[in-house]
Amino acid sequence: MATTAPLARTATTTHRRRSRRMARRRNIEGWLFIAPVILGVVIFQLFPIVVSMYASLTSWNGINPPKFIGLENFRTLFGNDALFTTTVKNTIYFTIGTIPLTIILAFFLAMLCNQKVRGIAIFRTAYFAPYVTNIVAIGFVWFYFFDPSQGVVNGLLSQIGVHGPAWLSDSNWVIPALIVVSVWQGVGYPMVILLAGLQGISAEIQEAATVDGANAFRRTWSIILPLLTPQFFFLLITQFISSFQVFGLIYVMTQGGPGHDSSVYIYYLYQNAFAYGKMGYASAMAWLMFVLIAAITFIQWKLQKRWVFYG
Amino acid sequence: MTVATERRGAVSLTSGRSIGTARRVRQSGPKALLYVVMIVIAVGFLLPLIWMISSSLKPEADVLTVPPSFIPKHPQWSNYSKVFDIIPRYFFNSVKLAVYNVLGVLITSSLAGFAFARLRFAGRNLFFTLLLSTAIIPGIIYLIPQYIIFSKIGWIDTHYPLWVPRVFTPVFATFLMRQSFMTLPQELEDAGRIDGASTFTIYLKVMLPQTKPSLAAIGMFTFLESWNDLFGPIIYLSSAKLETLPVAMAEFQGEYFSEVSLLMAAATVSVVPVLLVYLLTQRFFIQGITMTGLRG
Repeated sequence: MATTAPLARTATTTHRRRSRRMARRRNIEGWLFIAPVILGVVIFQLFPIVVSMYASLTSWNGINPPKFIGLENFRTLFGNDALFTTTVKNTIYFTIGTIPLTIILAFFLAMLCNQKVRGIAIFRTAYFAPYVTNIVAIGFVWFYFFDPSQGVVNGLLSQIGVHGPAWLSDSNWVIPALIVVSVWQGVGYPMVILLAGLQGISAEIQEAATVDGANAFRRTWSIILPLLTPQFFFLLITQFISSFQVFGLIYVMTQGGPGHDSSVYIYYLYQNAFAYGKMGYASAMAWLMFVLIAAITFIQWKLQKRWVFYG
Repeated sequence: MTVATERRGAVSLTSGRSIGTARRVRQSGPKALLYVVMIVIAVGFLLPLIWMISSSLKPEADVLTVPPSFIPKHPQWSNYSKVFDIIPRYFFNSVKLAVYNVLGVLITSSLAGFAFARLRFAGRNLFFTLLLSTAIIPGIIYLIPQYIIFSKIGWIDTHYPLWVPRVFTPVFATFLMRQSFMTLPQELEDAGRIDGASTFTIYLKVMLPQTKPSLAAIGMFTFLESWNDLFGPIIYLSSAKLETLPVAMAEFQGEYFSEVSLLMAAATVSVVPVLLVYLLTQRFFIQGITMTGLRG
């Protein structure tokens, strides 16, 4: 607080003091409102980020003090861990299989749901229902669906004369099976995003195109798809980030099997941290994944200019 | 724009007919086709869930049959009485955590969102940027340090790790609430201040009630996240009595793996609450998704 100069107390000084008091009160008010969240972020996110960075350079079982080993974890990941390489391959396979199917199917469903017919909300609800279902229930049902001898999938296939594989026990078919489940569950969210985008495309543009003689297919290809590219871009990024981190599906349905054929990145990370007591190693995996995801997202961001159309 | 010269069917573009009429004439046949397609797809989508419910009502022998059947011949509810004997504890845990999470997130995110939107204070932009910057980091990075922190303070095998972190780091929710508060007119706030209301009262009685759609959307998402959470309970809980429903079910499978109908009953019970809430609040839910998605 400024000491009063040997001048007479002026209105300006009083005003200044009151402003300072008010400003301080406003600051304290603001800080109080955001305190829970800021404290939370510092304690549960910022501090853990630092700990995690340090942990990735250690050998640590979480109970005993960590042992600093420098970049050893990363060297092992890059050269010396065949299982890690397998999980990366599996995860990439899974991701590449899931994303296009999910987005294309979501677009198709969004187009259907965009029709102005009665009861359209019922269909939208049906297509979205798997998205709100928990992964354990989903895993249960599909586990039995894919049963080689008595499951619904092979049962239906046999009706059309196809002899279905062993799915979850078959090295070649386990990831495709997981992709099917993942697409089934995941399509609801992109569908809603694309539906919102479709509804934002003004009817005038489509009618103008119809006047010019464009049929439905041409309208879709030349008008709707380009105008939806921002949504597709958003979905490509978010779906990649979430598909890469798949966990629950594998945990419930296959536990990484048969063998390690469906072991994915986060599942292996989880095993390292909580089953093998290698928390330092798992932290290194986590940071490696962050770098990978950031790099892919960055590349997607840069490619944006080439194909995303912002009206 | 190049003018396409393709014509479609018998529609004449040179006639005096307005476009609207032309379209209407074309659509009565395709409309029925549309319904058929959508119904087929809807059935396909709901098939697993239908099977789940119907299997829960069948005697065990009828569940995994070839060819598969989707309607139980004689529905029996015995599985459900067995399930209800076993699950009350887990159901209660799931509900308890859902309530803590939803209320907690709504409180912390609306307080912070309000401040970021409408109050002026030192460091406002800095703190907001700080909040957003953590959103890029995948949750898995926090996981191990959080686990270690919690084990040092004795929170392992308690419910705390399943709501405290989420309630105090509501990044998306704060962002949404801030958007929502920002759209409210200044006159609303001014009127409150003229009446001598404190800032907190303005937040609670004047502005918060105007943000109900955002609150509903956030509530829905948080409920969903909490109820369906698998990772958290797997890692932090070991006592059976603390388990949440989905995780308890996962353990079920080990014990009751030969009784598929029982498992399906348990699965149905775990899904019904969420489906009910979803069906009742769909509009807000869908709105919420489009809010978190792209703007405009």
